[in-house]
Formats: sequence, C-alpha cells, structure tokens
Amino acid sequence: MTEKVDTSGIEDQVIDSGELGTPDASPQIGQGRKRKEDAKLVTGQTTWTDNIMFPGMLHFAVLRSPMAHARISRVDVRPALDRPGVHAAFSGADLAAELGSLPCAWPVTTDMVAPAHPPIATDEVRYVGDAVAVVVARDRYAAADALEAIEVDYDPLPAVTDMEEALKDEVLVHADKGTNRCFVWPMESGEVDAAFDGAPVVVQRRFIQQRLIPTAMEPRAVVVAPIAAAEEFTLYSATQIPHVLRVMLALTTGIPEQKIRVVAPDVGGGFGSKLDVYAEEVIAMILAKRLGRPVKWTESRSEGYQTTIHGRDQIQDIAIAADRDGRIRGLKVDIKADMGAYLQLITPGIPLLGAQMFPGIYKMDAYRFTCTGVFTTKTPTDAYRGAGRPEATFAIERIMDELAVELGMDPVELRRRNWIRHEEFPYTTIAGHTYDTGDYEAATDKALALFDYDGLRREQQQRRDRRDPVQLGIGVSTYTEACGWAPSRILGSLSYAGGGWERASIRMLPTGKVEVVTGTTPHGQGHVTCWSQIAADALGVPFEDVEVIHGDTRSSPMGWDTYGSRSVSVGGVAVHKAAERVIEKARTMAAHLLEASEDDIEFDKGTFRVKGSPEATKTIQELALATFAAHDFPTDFEPNINADYVYDPENFSYPHGTHLCAVEVDTETGFPTIRSYVCVDDVGTVINPMIVEGQIHGGIAQGIGQALFEEAIYDAAGNLVTGTMVDYLVPSAADLPSFVTDRTETPATSNPLGVKGAGEAGAIAATPAVVNAVIDAIRHLGVTDVRMPCTPERVWRALQDGSDGGDRAAGGTVAYGGAQTATTAGGAQ
Amino acid sequence: MARVQMTVDGIRYDDEVEPRLLLVHYLRDRLGLVGTPVGCDTSNCGSCTVLLDKRSAKSCTVLAVQADGAQITTIQGLADGEWHPMQQAFKETHALQCGYCTPGMILAAVDLLQENPTPSDEEIRHGLEGNLCRCTGYQNIVTAVRTAAAEMGTQA
Amino acid sequence: MIPASFDYAAPTSLDEALRALSAAGEDAKVLAGGQSLLPLLRLRLAYPSVVVDLGKVGELRGVRDDGDAVVVGAMTTHYEVLHDPLVREYVGLLVEATATVADPAVRHRGTLGGALAHADPAGDLPAVALALDAQLVVAGASGRRTVPAREFFRDYLETAIEPGELLVEVRFPKPDGAWGYRYEKFHRVAQAWAIVGVACAVRRENGSIAEARIGLTNMGTTPLRATATEAALRGAAASVDAVRAAAEQAAEGTSPSGDLSAQPDYRRHLARVLTGRAVRAAAGLSA
Repeated sequence: MTEKVDTSGIEDQVIDSGELGTPDASPQIGQGRKRKEDAKLVTGQTTWTDNIMFPGMLHFAVLRSPMAHARISRVDVRPALDRPGVHAAFSGADLAAELGSLPCAWPVTTDMVAPAHPPIATDEVRYVGDAVAVVVARDRYAAADALEAIEVDYDPLPAVTDMEEALKDEVLVHADKGTNRCFVWPMESGEVDAAFDGAPVVVQRRFIQQRLIPTAMEPRAVVVAPIAAAEEFTLYSATQIPHVLRVMLALTTGIPEQKIRVVAPDVGGGFGSKLDVYAEEVIAMILAKRLGRPVKWTESRSEGYQTTIHGRDQIQDIAIAADRDGRIRGLKVDIKADMGAYLQLITPGIPLLGAQMFPGIYKMDAYRFTCTGVFTTKTPTDAYRGAGRPEATFAIERIMDELAVELGMDPVELRRRNWIRHEEFPYTTIAGHTYDTGDYEAATDKALALFDYDGLRREQQQRRDRRDPVQLGIGVSTYTEACGWAPSRILGSLSYAGGGWERASIRMLPTGKVEVVTGTTPHGQGHVTCWSQIAADALGVPFEDVEVIHGDTRSSPMGWDTYGSRSVSVGGVAVHKAAERVIEKARTMAAHLLEASEDDIEFDKGTFRVKGSPEATKTIQELALATFAAHDFPTDFEPNINADYVYDPENFSYPHGTHLCAVEVDTETGFPTIRSYVCVDDVGTVINPMIVEGQIHGGIAQGIGQALFEEAIYDAAGNLVTGTMVDYLVPSAADLPSFVTDRTETPATSNPLGVKGAGEAGAIAATPAVVNAVIDAIRHLGVTDVRMPCTPERVWRALQDGSDGGDRAAGGTVAYGGAQTATTAGGAQ
Repeated sequence: MARVQMTVDGIRYDDEVEPRLLLVHYLRDRLGLVGTPVGCDTSNCGSCTVLLDKRSAKSCTVLAVQADGAQITTIQGLADGEWHPMQQAFKETHALQCGYCTPGMILAAVDLLQENPTPSDEEIRHGLEGNLCRCTGYQNIVTAVRTAAAEMGTQA
Repeated sequence: MIPASFDYAAPTSLDEALRALSAAGEDAKVLAGGQSLLPLLRLRLAYPSVVVDLGKVGELRGVRDDGDAVVVGAMTTHYEVLHDPLVREYVGLLVEATATVADPAVRHRGTLGGALAHADPAGDLPAVALALDAQLVVAGASGRRTVPAREFFRDYLETAIEPGELLVEVRFPKPDGAWGYRYEKFHRVAQAWAIVGVACAVRRENGSIAEARIGLTNMGTTPLRATATEAALRGAAASVDAVRAAAEQAAEGTSPSGDLSAQPDYRRHLARVLTGRAVRAAAGLSA
C-alpha cells in the first residue's frame, strides 16, 4: 500500500502556481518585527464590538440606580413601552429566574461570604450604577429616551464607603449575610515575633492604595446574535476572556455550552477590566433568547465608570524589622481590600495575588500577611493591570525607602544589602515562591549609569543647599513580579476554580502557509506578530506566511485567555511546543518520502535532510502539500502534520527590573514634574523588543497615572464624584515624560523559550519609583509621606503641615465643567 | 428632522436627521463609517476625531446638523490610494497597541503637522493633549509624528 | 450618552437668530461652538426645548479694526482668534490665554462668544475679558447695548445677557503705552480646566509699574479682578520684591469654591503665587 504513486493533480497545481512557500532561515525571535495587527488599525478597518450590526438588531439600555444603597419598593417599566421604537422593557424581577447570579470563580476561603449577585437588582441596590431595569428599542437613541420613562421608587438605606467603617458592621451591605467582612486570609512563614522582638530598627507605615478606574479606551460593548429556532447564540463582547466567558455564560444562564459561541472581536484594551463576566453579557443573552432578535449594548464612558470594575483600593499596614546594618529581619503586612458591593469574577483573589509578593526581591527571616476583604456600597473591584502585585510592590518599595532614611543609608545600598544575589538563584523566598532566575545587580547597575544617579544626587544637594523653590527628588523601585498565570495545580491549591494552561494549534495549509490558533486573546499586545515569530522560527517558515487566529470559541475552541502577563510564557510556549510536534510528524513523512530511516532525518530551519545525503531534502512546505494530497504516506501514519499542544507551566515567571525616577517639586505650588525616568527591565528572552518596549512604556504611564493623577472618589452618600473623564484624570501626552528604557536578559529556566512576560512590569514598578521621588524631593522639609495620587494640593499640604496631604474633598455634586455644576444655568452659547 | 448635506471621505450625502444626532453617530450608524470610534461622553478622549473642513474636530461633540455643508475626512478616507505618511509612521514606530485611539490620534496628528510642519517633541505632546491613549505611554506616538513630519518634509 | 430631543433652528442672519430666540421661549439654548453645550446635552444635564444654532450667522464671525478697539465677533473660533493678525498685534493676552483653552480640536470649534456667554468661572477667557476691560455688545429685539466686562459676569454661569438677547461681539480696547502680559494657568493635566488662572497685563513707565490689570480665573462664582494687588502695584517699583509684596494681596475679596481640584485655602494660596509669577512675567522681571 505504500509504494510510490505519481504526484499529480492538486500537488502539481500548487507547485505550478508558485504559491508553495519556501523555508526561511532568518531568525525571528528577538527581532523588532513590525506588527501585522496594524494595517487594519491605522486604516479604520477594525471590528470593535460596537461596529457589529445585524439585520433586525435591537439596542438595549440599562436603567441604573442613582442611590448607593436602597430598597427597591416599585419598578414600573410600562411607561417605557409607550415610547416610540420600544420593543420591550423588563425589571430585575421580570428576568430574575433566567438571569441567575453573576459568578465569582475564586472562593479564597472555605467560609468566604459570597452574596448573590443578580445581573439586574430585584429587591435592593447596593451601589450607584447597579442595574435596575432594561429597555430594548430600535436604536440607541430610542432606548436612551425610554429609560427616562421607567418609574422606580427607592427606600433609601445608609451607604458605607469606608472600609474601616464597614468593618464595624453597623451598616450592612448585604443584610442577610450579617457582616461586611468577606474573608480573612492569613499566611505566616518563619518566626515573625522573634524577628521583630528586639529588632534594632522597626519602621511601620500605613499606605493607601487609592481606587482606580482602568479606563480601557474602548468602552465595553456586547452583541448577541441568536438563531432562535435552533436555540443557538453567538455573543460578541469587548472581553479579554471569550473562553472563560463561554463556560460561565452556560453555567449562569443554563443555555447549553455547545449552543454558545463567544467571540472577542478586535478589543480596544482591557488592563483587567475586561477579565470578567458582566451583567450586560448575561442580560444580552437572555434578551436575545426572549426576543429572538440580535441585541446590542454599548456603555457610555460615564456609565462604564460606574459599572465596569475598579481596581486597587487597599489600606496597607506594613511593618519592617531590620538590623542596624540594614539586614531585613522580618515583615508584617495587614491589608484591607475593598471588594465593592459584590464579588465579580476574581474580586476576592486580587489582593491575594500580592500575598506572596510583599517581600519582593529581598531575603528575610520571617513574614506575616493578613488580608481582610470588605464589602462597601461601591462599584465592585477586580483585576487592574498588575492585580495585587502593584500593591505589594508599592508597599515594600515605599517602606524600603523609609527604612533607608531611618538607617541613614542610601536607598540603593539598602536594597543591595538585602536582595537575592544572582548566584543564589533559584531561590525560594520567605513567602514560598521559587524565583528561577534573575540578576538584580546587573539591572540596577545599568539603570544607575543611565540615570546618572550620582550626578542627580549632587544636584539634589545643591538645590537643598540653596533652598531652591524647585526641589529635586530621586525615587528607586527594584521590583519583581510573579506572572505567567499559572501552574494549574497551584491554582487548584489556591481554591481558584479554573486552570492555567494554554493551548496552541498549528495548521499546515496545502500551500505551505501556516495558521496558528491560540487560546490567548490579545487586545493590543501584539500576539499575532509575536506568535508568528515563534512559529516561524520553530518551523523555519517565513514570518509573513504565518497567520494567527484567536478570540473565537468556534475557531479557537480552548484556552484560558489573556491577563496576568501570561500570554507569552504560557500561550507563546504552547505555540513553540505545537510547532515541535508538527516537526516530529513531518519528520515521519519526510523519512517516508526520502526513503530513509526517521533517525537519519535532520531538521533545520524548514528543511528535512537525510544525514550524509545533503541533496535529499524535503521542505516543511513540501511535506504540508504532500500530506494534504496524501497520495503517499507511511502505513499507520495519520496523514496529517498539524498539531495541538496544551502547555501547563511548571512555575510562575519572575520578571524584574530597576526603575529610577527624578521628580522636581515646585514647593510654592506643590506641583510635581517628572524630570527623567530610567528603567532597566529583565523580562527574560525577548520575542519582539519593539513590542516589549511598548508594553513597558504603557505600563509606566499607568503606574505614573496612579502615582500622580488618578483617583476614583466617592462622597459619603456613595456617589462616584469622579464620574467622567473631566474629573478622573487620565494623563495625556503633554502630562508624561519620555522614558529611557533598557534591558538585561536573564532567560527563565521554567520554560523552553526563556520568556517571562512584560505586560504588567511597568505598572508594577513605576508607582513606587515616582512616589518615592516626590517624597525624596521634600523630605528635608519635613514630609514623610504623600498620599496617592500626589496632587499638587496634597504635596502643598504636606509641605504646610507634614501630613500626607489628606483626603481630597468629595463634597458637592457630580460635576461637569470647570467647577461644580449640578445643572447648567441658561445662557450657554 | 433637519436636512443635512455633507461630503464624507469624498462621497456626497444628503440626509434627513434628528437635530440631536451626533456627528459620530451619523457617521457610524447612518453611513456605516465605523472606523471612527467613540471613547467618552465629555469631549476628553479624542477617539472620535475627524477632519471637519480640514481641521480636527471631536465628532462626538458636534451635531450632524452643525456639519451641514462640511467636508469631512475620517480615518477611512485618509489614505489616498497609498497610506498617508502618518499611518505609515504609526505602524513603523509602534505608535499603537490596541488601536482604539489610533484613528483619532492619527487625524489629530495630521492636523498638528498642517499647523506646524516641524514640531518639537514638546509641541507634539501639547498638540495631542486632546487625544488620550491608555496603551502606549505616548512615547512612540511622539516618535511617529516626528517621523511623519520628516517624511512629509522630504516629500514637500 | 445621547442628548434628549430638541427642536432646532439654524438662522442665517442675526435678525433671524433673534427672532428664532424670542420665538423659542425660555427653555431655548443658544448653540455657538457647542464644546461646552454638547457634553451637557449628552450627559442630559440640560434639556432645552429648542436649540438655536448660530453656526450659519456669518456676520457674527471675524475680527475687525474699529479704530481704538479690536472687535471680535462672538462666533469667532478660538482657532481664528489665535491666528488673527489684529488680535495678535493688540490683544496678546487673549492669544496667550486662548492657546491654553482645552485642546486643538476643541479650539477649532469653540468660540470666544460662547466661552464668555457660558461664563464658567473656571474658563480662561472671562478673566481675560475682565482684565482687559473688554466691552461686550449684546443684541436684542430692541437693538444693541454695550456691557462692560465688569458688569457682564453676574454669578455662576450667569451673565448680563437677558432672555431673547445674544452676545454679538467683544470689543478689546487697543492698548497705549508699553504693555506686557501673561496668562498663568494652573491645572493638573494639560486639557483640564484651570484650578486657578491669572490673566495679567502690566504697563511699565520709567522703570516702574504704571498700571497692572489682573483677572482671576476660578476664584469665585465669576471671574474677578485682583483689585488690591492692582492698587498696590500702581506706581510701584518694577522689582521682584515689590511684585511679591503686592501679589500677597491677590486673594483679597475672592471667594473660591472647594471641590475635587482644590480647597479654598489652596486656591487662595495659588492665586497669590500665580499672580506674582504673572506680574513678574508681564513686567519683564526675572524671578
């Protein structure tokens, strides 16, 4: 059966057409290849969810609670039905049975308080923005109008917005639960009391991680297209997690999983805020099911500020004990983390992602950590870029500077005395993580040189000496992070409901071109380009010949999606592994066609050769074509060289780096200006340096945003007073400096590519570097802390009275305009 | 309803619209020109920037009726056979990641260069202060505008 | 968000506009550039029954020389103000302040008249009009009247424009003598409204300060003049010390609000610091 037959027909046609690809030996990994993603993005040919239109599509709008906490005594949607173009309107009670409860996938303790989370409130609203009713209409204008006709009566209940107030349990967010304490999660390692008792130096601080609004530029949107008769549903959503979402929608709505297809089309940024299962996704499914028509919902920015998850929001009490020579003895951390009113997908787990990271890159004898999750009548929190690790890094890097002051030691020197030396890797930290590789000395030395650390210190002294109204400060942040989410067994041990593997599938097309199907779901990260580089290198095909398919559960049926800087170190490795499988299958085919033993077949850069007969070759493309035609293949060989790989990482990955920031503070106004910013990051092997640099830039910008600009503020009644982009300040190009970036490359040993991940590093590292610099500029004037964001007013107040600058006033009304504007008076032109 | 006539990306349109219809919704929902996205409701983010009679404007902060008689260029009409040098520069210098702000950013940058063909980095940063990007940290956007300026200067 | 429905009038002459406005009744809104009004409509913070769009009233647009004054039509955009040679020659302070308004795209659409008639105390241009003793010309059914800037800004978002009237032009007196000017704007991010702004014009004569005019942005419900500082500077030596002493009085008579951007005491402090800086710059003194 295996004798040779004449190749003809399709094979000849392909070969004659000149379409059959040829090997490409040029290395791709490490090259700054321009992005394949960009052509559609720079020409406006992108498919954002809100761009999707279907015949007969209806739009829905959500009526939201204007009160932070109230009983709903009456909802009457009937007046809305009389408005033109309205197809349907529903209260929460109308849909309760079908909508179910939104999922939380991370019960962090066995006794965690997990309240029901109806997508539309039925009896009680618990934050401003909580959904109360929906209207479905012919277009978005008609839906917005009809919303105003719905009548709701609320019986106000007291709001509780402050975590420490909430922990008194005087005002309960969920009365049936009897407490606002969601969970208490402790860990301890080493002899903590011994480390602190008799320690020559103990420094204790309280840091506030303000609440942040992720603000991906694309607002959330969802479209559901049903085939009513078949009870099939395709859901398009601006989501980071189509695969997770599909499972969760099946579990939440009861619609069978195989009847649900989820598509994440082009997604305009996420930063964790689209790592969730949202009320509107479930509502859209149920409305499409009920009405048998495609439905769409798109949030407005101000609506999203109330209802898309927020990030951070912790009170951190931290104490560090050290010897006089600077050696750290122990660390105690007690944090309170604001859950908001409900638990979203991984809300309770977010602060715990930082639990093991407070010790940072430092060696110490003992560590104690406790986290208390707290319910308040505010928008739920969940993952925001870094998720738990920026909080941990901020606390340790801030207190290292405070300890350095206490010891009269240079902050870099203090770090040097405590960090894990490069020859000590792999190193198991006091918190239990085993860092595989790193070279903190190399990164720091490089950064110090680029920054001109000594020169800036001299200038700082000169400015102090001459009492210059503009003072100079230097901030240091030597960070590491645990990313590459995650070994599934570890996730299981942490009570997380999901896994952490990733899948790749490689399809060799008849013309020798390649399709890579990935389970990662990029929304700006450049996976199409990077996965093409990985596959091209492994297969020896041209970069241009590779296409990457993602974000659709029909074409990419399995995956755990994109977050936690996991994509390259899990998903990218899966691509590499799948390519190796392709080569192994192709080797069998090559041996057969070249009439050699498999053991004698060598593969190099796209070409299979018989050892000792260099002229006897088959290219990977020729083998793809030969397998497609399948006229001639070995007995017992499945005529196919495509391959899948599901890769479960053996460890987290640990990027690290040193960020240095110089800030000038105008002591007359308090205005801080970043004068220079240098970072040297080690993200392991770099697939595409251009893309890595871009990730670092963007992360730093968000880290600076937290340090200087951004803060979600609630008033005592529970109104989000930074409810629009007028008041929640996202920095523009004019508000940020240029960054000097560089790298060291210490490959990870936990995966075959040596990659570590780069998505969150900047956001994790930058915030403490900037805040340390602000404080360093004015410490000699009596300032020991400035609360984030370090607004000019806070800096000025700290200079006046040595405080941390205090709360920003949250009185008054929700504003639009330059001053407080409840409504506008006449005369506007 | 009010009558509007305008030319968008070289095509003339004549339509009846509600006076309250925002220009961006006219472009997206009526003309199907969804290359222009919406990012906020307070005129801060600039995602919806188009060229209105050759000058940048935030199409979410203009009523369609206000654009009566206007010539409008969206990102979908910027390339004239070949990509505009600004589009090319954005790709070459990795000035975009998710790409949501990109149409508005490119059109704002095109406007900036017609106003000031040889801007300094500082002038570029201030010229783009009405366009927010959450991905790039802006550094490569500044590089892109500088690159396009050089390219366009050579062409001129 | 999406504006609620309204009726719409697009007059093509001032007469038509005034007729449309009086026919529209008191729930009407006048639409100039729309850069403040449109967001208010979108957030449904305003529900006008009728919007009267002045965009096609050509006679309200443009700058002309009227002997001792430069006259700017109410519908002249910020962009046009920035590029107008007459304004640049005679009203440099207006140019400097206009360049800080919002961002370029907003400046292409927003108008001088709109900004003044909206009268947001955080807006940059009302303080400029006040500092320069501009005359605001208002037209109504019974003809035109001229209102000095000092009398124009009545209260928070309230002006001397009566129902049925429109602001049609703004007259800036041409300066005589050697004037310097500066607009000091303090804000947290580039496109944000001013937390405090100081619009300052200084005339020097024989080494001393003959006259200073100082308008304050966002130091009360209307733009304000820093009258105590102005008085202290009249005839003062053109020295850093004299300016510093005079600037200490910049917040006198102000009643700034407390909001997310700043508490009143900080605003007063900023007014003093920024006034000192603005006067020094306008007087050509280095700090």
